[in-house]
Amino acid sequence: MIPLAHYLIFSGLLFSIGLAGVLVRKNIIVVFMCLEMMLTAANVSLVAFSRAQGTAGIPVYDAQVLSLFVSGIAAAEVAIGLALIVAMFRSRKSVESTELTSLKD
Amino acid sequence: MIQNLPWLFLLLPLLAAVIDWVVFRKCSKCAAALSILSVAATFALCVAYLCGLQTGTPGIYTWMPVAAAQLSLHMGLVLDPLAMRMMLVVTGIGLLVHIFSIGYMKGDPSNLSRYFAGLSIFMFSMTCIVLADNLAMTFIGWEMVGFSSYLLIGHWFDKASAADAAKKAFITNRVGDFGFLIGILLTLGVFGSLNFADMGAKAAGIAPAILTATVLFLFCGAVGKSAQFPLHVWLPDAMEGPTPVSALIHAATMVAAGVYMLVRLQVAMGEAAFTGTACNVIATVGAITAVLAALMAVQQDDIKRVLAYSTLSQLGYMVMAVGLLAGEAAMFHLYTHAWFKALLFLGAGAIIICCHHEQDIWKMGGLAKRMPLTVLCFLMGTCALIAVPGFSGFFSKEAILDAALEQNPVFFWVGAGVAALTTFYMARLCLVAFCGSARAHGAEHAKEACPTMLLPLLVLAVMAIISGYGFAADSLVPFEGFHAHGFALGLPFYAGMGALALGLLLAFALYGCGKRSKDPLSGNAVSDALRNRFYIDALYDKVIIGGLQEIVAHIIEFIDAAVIRGLLMQGSAWLTARIGLLLSYIQGGSLRAYAFVCGFGLLILIFLLAFNL
Repeated sequence: MIPLAHYLIFSGLLFSIGLAGVLVRKNIIVVFMCLEMMLTAANVSLVAFSRAQGTAGIPVYDAQVLSLFVSGIAAAEVAIGLALIVAMFRSRKSVESTELTSLKD
Repeated sequence: MIQNLPWLFLLLPLLAAVIDWVVFRKCSKCAAALSILSVAATFALCVAYLCGLQTGTPGIYTWMPVAAAQLSLHMGLVLDPLAMRMMLVVTGIGLLVHIFSIGYMKGDPSNLSRYFAGLSIFMFSMTCIVLADNLAMTFIGWEMVGFSSYLLIGHWFDKASAADAAKKAFITNRVGDFGFLIGILLTLGVFGSLNFADMGAKAAGIAPAILTATVLFLFCGAVGKSAQFPLHVWLPDAMEGPTPVSALIHAATMVAAGVYMLVRLQVAMGEAAFTGTACNVIATVGAITAVLAALMAVQQDDIKRVLAYSTLSQLGYMVMAVGLLAGEAAMFHLYTHAWFKALLFLGAGAIIICCHHEQDIWKMGGLAKRMPLTVLCFLMGTCALIAVPGFSGFFSKEAILDAALEQNPVFFWVGAGVAALTTFYMARLCLVAFCGSARAHGAEHAKEACPTMLLPLLVLAVMAIISGYGFAADSLVPFEGFHAHGFALGLPFYAGMGALALGLLLAFALYGCGKRSKDPLSGNAVSDALRNRFYIDALYDKVIIGGLQEIVAHIIEFIDAAVIRGLLMQGSAWLTARIGLLLSYIQGGSLRAYAFVCGFGLLILIFLLAFNL
């Protein structure tokens, strides 16, 4: 059996890659994808904890239910976020975050 | 309950003032009726007390405890003969002036409710001074009369000169009151009490120098209120107020409050407290005022101003008498002067109204034929003022001259000289205004005054004649143990007669029978100096207002410009703008920078939570 630490390290790496992507990329679609990656990292660690805390081969289902909720919210977020990105592309012909300066100017 | 009856002296006028002001604002007739009723009631009460009504000791109201039990400010009434007889003068003349006011103010466009409320508040404050049993209460009344005098001088406040005169009176009085307040605090310090009743016993054990300083500081209050040199400048200007107000406040009662207060102190502390420097200073100030004011009166053209300077000069007489340790002579003169000077002012008021608001004596003339009764009353007052034998002023002036001769002959000759000047300027006034023929339109059509004005004049004329005689003076002069001046032939009498004759001769020689239309004395440097009050007012204007006030104004302007406007207002605005500019760098508009800051902050939070810092 793979120990819990491996899952957590994997989850942490996934989260960090996601965060790095959010910070460094300009393309909003990529930023968005990286955000999804950070949510997935959280899901991974939730499920890992669920398995690790279980007794007699039965996991703690609370954590798995929570991860389902996270997935649900992520889906909703995608729906809204993609709609926003489409709307933005229609009005500006660009999805670069550096282009979003009309409030500043 | 009955022993608290004397508090009505204070409550009735106060109540009348409040009701006049709040309820009867629009109904001047109701206000006048109420004010007259209140003063008539206090007058009746006063007469009842003088006739022997006994109600026991009035209750004392503790107003403000200070420093635990050691001292408390309280309001108490003193009903000794000095106070009650002074009350008779105040309420008696007050009643007549109230009645006169109805006639004088008829048809005046200003708010008469305000006028009568002012008179009532004055009666209240004056009563407060007269009946006070301690200096704190005197001081409260002292400030209140100043306030009511301000209200009444400035009654026609839309006239710039009246508003200025009201301010001048108030501010000049503040100067004297400042000294008075120091005096009161000194009294508290050295006597340990402000009660007049406690002072006598303690005065003996106090160092003479401190006692002298206390008395002189208290005297400052009298210098302001009784308009003594060098604070005399407000009284002539106060003539901008309605004439009945001048009669009541600026001739008969309020300006005499300083003399009353000094005599009250002399009685309370004992004459020993006044001997030495204090005495000399007081007498000298009084003498200087008497001489200066009499000189200034010689060249005034405004009938009210002549009387105002004459009041100043007579107040100087009284203060001089106090300084000569002749309190009874001072109070005797205060008493007779109150009646005849009120008569002169009310007479002048009647003349002014009948000449269609003309105050210049050179535009009158021949009034004796057109309004004989008023002029006769005025002449009675004049005779009393210039001390014609048989009139009231004669006896009181003799009393002062007597005292002066006994104490210090210098003051005696000053007094005699002032008497000659008094005779001269009053004779000049009467000759110019009453004899000959009218010099202006207003005087040609003058008619006799209306009954509400004539009645008080007649009553006062009677008082001006009889108030010096024993039967009236013995029981009514505001001084305990007064003995009506026994008339005796002596130097004072001869000097007085000489002064009278000299003044009359000079006046007749110069002004004949009112045939001249112009003052033969005018047009030279001396006359100009007298007309311009020896340039004392101009000097104050230049030195105090021009010099001192300019400096203070510059300092205040600097504080305003540099500290308040520069540092506080513009400085704080500058600081806010700078902070805003600095903070604006944070909001760079870069989404990734925001995300970084957000993520970094999150990291710090997690770090803090994880390591329980």
